[in-house]
Amino acid sequence: MNKMEETLIPKIGVITDVRIDTPDIKTFRVVTPDGKKAFDHRPGQCAMLSIPGVGEAMFSITSSPTNTEFMEFSIKKCGCVTEWLHQAEVGQQITIRGPYGNPFPVDDVFAGKNLLFIAGGVGLAPLRSVINYCRHYRDRYGDIDIVYGSRSKDDLLDYKEIIEEWSNDAGVNVHLTIDNPQEGWDGHVGFVPNYVKELGFDTNKTAVLCGPPIMIKFTLDGLTSIGFDKTQIYTTLELRMKCGVGKCGRCNVGSKYVCKDGPVFRCDELEELPDEY
Amino acid sequence: MRKCSLDSINKIFGKIAETNKLYLPVDGSDGVAVYTKWEEGKEWSNALNTVRSPKDFFFPQVENLMEFKTSGKNIELTDIREEAEDFVIFGVRACDVRSFDILDRVFLTDPVDSFYASRREHGVIVSVACSKPSETCFCQTFDNIDATNPLGDVTAWKTEDSVYFKANTEKGEAFMKKIESLTEECDDTAVAAEKDKIAAIMKKLPLKDLSADAFGGGKTDTFFNVPEWDELSATCLGCGTCTFVCPTCQCYDIKDFNTGNGVIRYRCWDSCMYSEFTKMAHGNNRLSQKERFRQRFMHKLVYYPENNEGIFGCVGCGRCLAKCPISMNIVKVMKKIGGKVNE
Amino acid sequence: MQKITRDQLVEKAVALLSDGTVSAVLGWSRGEFDYDITPAVFKSAEEVKENFVWNDFCGANFSKYLVAQTGKVEGKILVFLKPCDTYSFNQLLTEHRFDREKVYAVGIPCEGMADIAKVREIVGDGIVSIEDDGESLKVSTLYADAPVLVGAKDVMAERCVNCKSKKHVAFDELMGEDGEVIESARFDEVARLEAMTPDERFLFWQNELSRCIRCNACRDACPACTCEKCVFDNPDSAVENKAPANSFEEKMFHIIRAFHVAGRCTDCGECSRVCPQNIPLHLLNRKFIKDINEFYGEYQAGAEVGSRAPLVDYTTEDLEPGEVFERGDQDA
Repeated sequence: MNKMEETLIPKIGVITDVRIDTPDIKTFRVVTPDGKKAFDHRPGQCAMLSIPGVGEAMFSITSSPTNTEFMEFSIKKCGCVTEWLHQAEVGQQITIRGPYGNPFPVDDVFAGKNLLFIAGGVGLAPLRSVINYCRHYRDRYGDIDIVYGSRSKDDLLDYKEIIEEWSNDAGVNVHLTIDNPQEGWDGHVGFVPNYVKELGFDTNKTAVLCGPPIMIKFTLDGLTSIGFDKTQIYTTLELRMKCGVGKCGRCNVGSKYVCKDGPVFRCDELEELPDEY
Repeated sequence: MRKCSLDSINKIFGKIAETNKLYLPVDGSDGVAVYTKWEEGKEWSNALNTVRSPKDFFFPQVENLMEFKTSGKNIELTDIREEAEDFVIFGVRACDVRSFDILDRVFLTDPVDSFYASRREHGVIVSVACSKPSETCFCQTFDNIDATNPLGDVTAWKTEDSVYFKANTEKGEAFMKKIESLTEECDDTAVAAEKDKIAAIMKKLPLKDLSADAFGGGKTDTFFNVPEWDELSATCLGCGTCTFVCPTCQCYDIKDFNTGNGVIRYRCWDSCMYSEFTKMAHGNNRLSQKERFRQRFMHKLVYYPENNEGIFGCVGCGRCLAKCPISMNIVKVMKKIGGKVNE
Repeated sequence: MQKITRDQLVEKAVALLSDGTVSAVLGWSRGEFDYDITPAVFKSAEEVKENFVWNDFCGANFSKYLVAQTGKVEGKILVFLKPCDTYSFNQLLTEHRFDREKVYAVGIPCEGMADIAKVREIVGDGIVSIEDDGESLKVSTLYADAPVLVGAKDVMAERCVNCKSKKHVAFDELMGEDGEVIESARFDEVARLEAMTPDERFLFWQNELSRCIRCNACRDACPACTCEKCVFDNPDSAVENKAPANSFEEKMFHIIRAFHVAGRCTDCGECSRVCPQNIPLHLLNRKFIKDINEFYGEYQAGAEVGSRAPLVDYTTEDLEPGEVFERGDQDA
């Protein structure tokens, strides 16, 4: 029988590397059993990972599309699937399907613009993909500012990459902050929304926000107070998902399905949605 | 147009059943009509409709999607999909036929749901006009539903002594071919009379003037925050009866079942009325029953039309009117928050 | 056929709202038709006057709503309780499920409620109006030339035909006359099932439960099911399921539920009333009640607040488990 392609039927993936990023975040490298990338994606898109018998969940793809060898997922331990993954070792097979959702508009809206990325905690995971994409095509974009904060130094995701690679790029400014003072930390201390205001960026930028809802709310207020228009600000939403393709109904908010019409939304688009996300 | 006598309808069923599975409403032991596989001795129910809608045929309450076997760190995935066999659903009412279009717009939109698509492709729908609509019927509120002349591959009319058939599609022509020797050519006089009779009853239905004009795409702001949601949802039990008897509700869950000898990944109907429907590891965006209740009605009356050229996600079958344990339903919602009755 | 009238109830509700005794009223609200009545929380005398109904279709038992509503309403809430509802009321108090101080309970007599399905069996579909005509209901349909008179007794719900009590076991105030506990025939159907062979009985339940669509209406309407998180909804419980994966799970839900409410079920019959698939779920619970009566002596859950159900109360006279097992074996 000639079977139709079925999006709900995943591919097999193999975990080829597990990196411990923070006390509760690990980054998993995934390829197909024959060592290839499972599928192509765009920055900001997501994939459904599952372990049979445990469950399936949606994760943002943290590696850049420009990486043609493998995909990476930075995953925080917070539910059944993630707890199981955190115990997985190299060589473990999982299932993977995707890509799902809309990407950041890196090739049109972002092109030629100064970019301001603002992330809190594990919120850097979806932004890492787009940051590295923009670094790869460095000449297509203007200045890049990255404001990233977490609870402590140990909770900063991709710290090594940030210090050794991002900070050394020309025209890329990294601003790190942690919530409370800590021994061995001589950088900024304070919450991300306040830090953004302190830094006082000029508004000739496109901003991308990702982090806990409370951080997004206050940072968004901060940005608009220093003159940013909501049409200049992008963020991502996260809701419960099962199918990933706008059919199972879980992530429906207003007329949008976050899995299909999101996860990337421009902030003025969010205002049109009922307040249920 | 062709016809057969009502007495000989079982011969037609027998003829179809020779080659295809045939399902039709049959009265169960409790007197309630249920779509049942026809076999000798089963009689076509006189009931207006079944409690469970025929959406089961294309989107069953539970269906296995795939199987996994795990050994050590390895996973073996088996695609267990099988080509559906041709089957016939006989006696589908106008409202339910229309519900298939509404489901199609979800499941057949890219990426196509192959499980649904396969069954849809192989199903032949024989609709039947509603000779005795009920007081709970309100299909007239919505476009493209005609109880006197339902859509489907074949349309049938059942009168006192005869059943009339008209093919609407290629599949329908093939069906007619199969029963050709058991039917005779006729003109449409009797059907025209039957249509008139039904139309006259439709004009007397208590909900005939219910209008959905106030609703539709782009009306989120109009209705989302109206205070009436509190009162309407105050005593909602949060059960899933409305969603499960509804022919257009299509939310589902995907779950894994460990058989002890592997894992079956299956999907099953779910309900936005359930407390854990939107629950994530780190939160829930609809914490109260009011929010869940509102989601169901906003989806049918505003969100679905917004994404589907104004088509409402309700077909007026009246099942929720008959079955909700607290008798709260879409008609009460429409009347309360904006459906104006055209006097 | 109800002895108390709507006007009397409305007058009572309006008086209690007006003098500040209560700030809300849990009552039955008018539907689209004469039979599709919705439980509602009335906040003002105007709402009560406009939408409150009382007729033969006011079957809903409000006791369970008190769990949620007493937490939401400032001040006291007025609840009208039919005799059978008062048993659920007491049982919930026994289980400390709501604050008694926040409720003003008015007991009202009930002559039995009608079952719309039974009305349809007699008059057919297309019911446009139902008027109470004393001992009968005057039903107009789309298809009959003249209204049909159906005897109130002929369309009475099964649970009312087998009414166990016209006596109110809880109230702050009683309207009308109180009745007595009734020697009902409610266990006859259970006895009929007990008399079947195990195979026959299995077939009976197989047939009934195969219709279940797992909508959870029985559970959600049940005054004995007040767990804040049901195991069947809890993904961490390992038995969570929304749909039966096989025919065993189909039965498991109902079997577990029946066990869970055993000794606490007052036999109010809401489970069967709300089942969209007409499954006689109350028979499972009645079997437990009958067994408890036979094994441990007569016990009616909810008859008094604070009573200890035989299944959770040890006495030296208790039947030995082995004896229970043997009796069960004889039944099987």
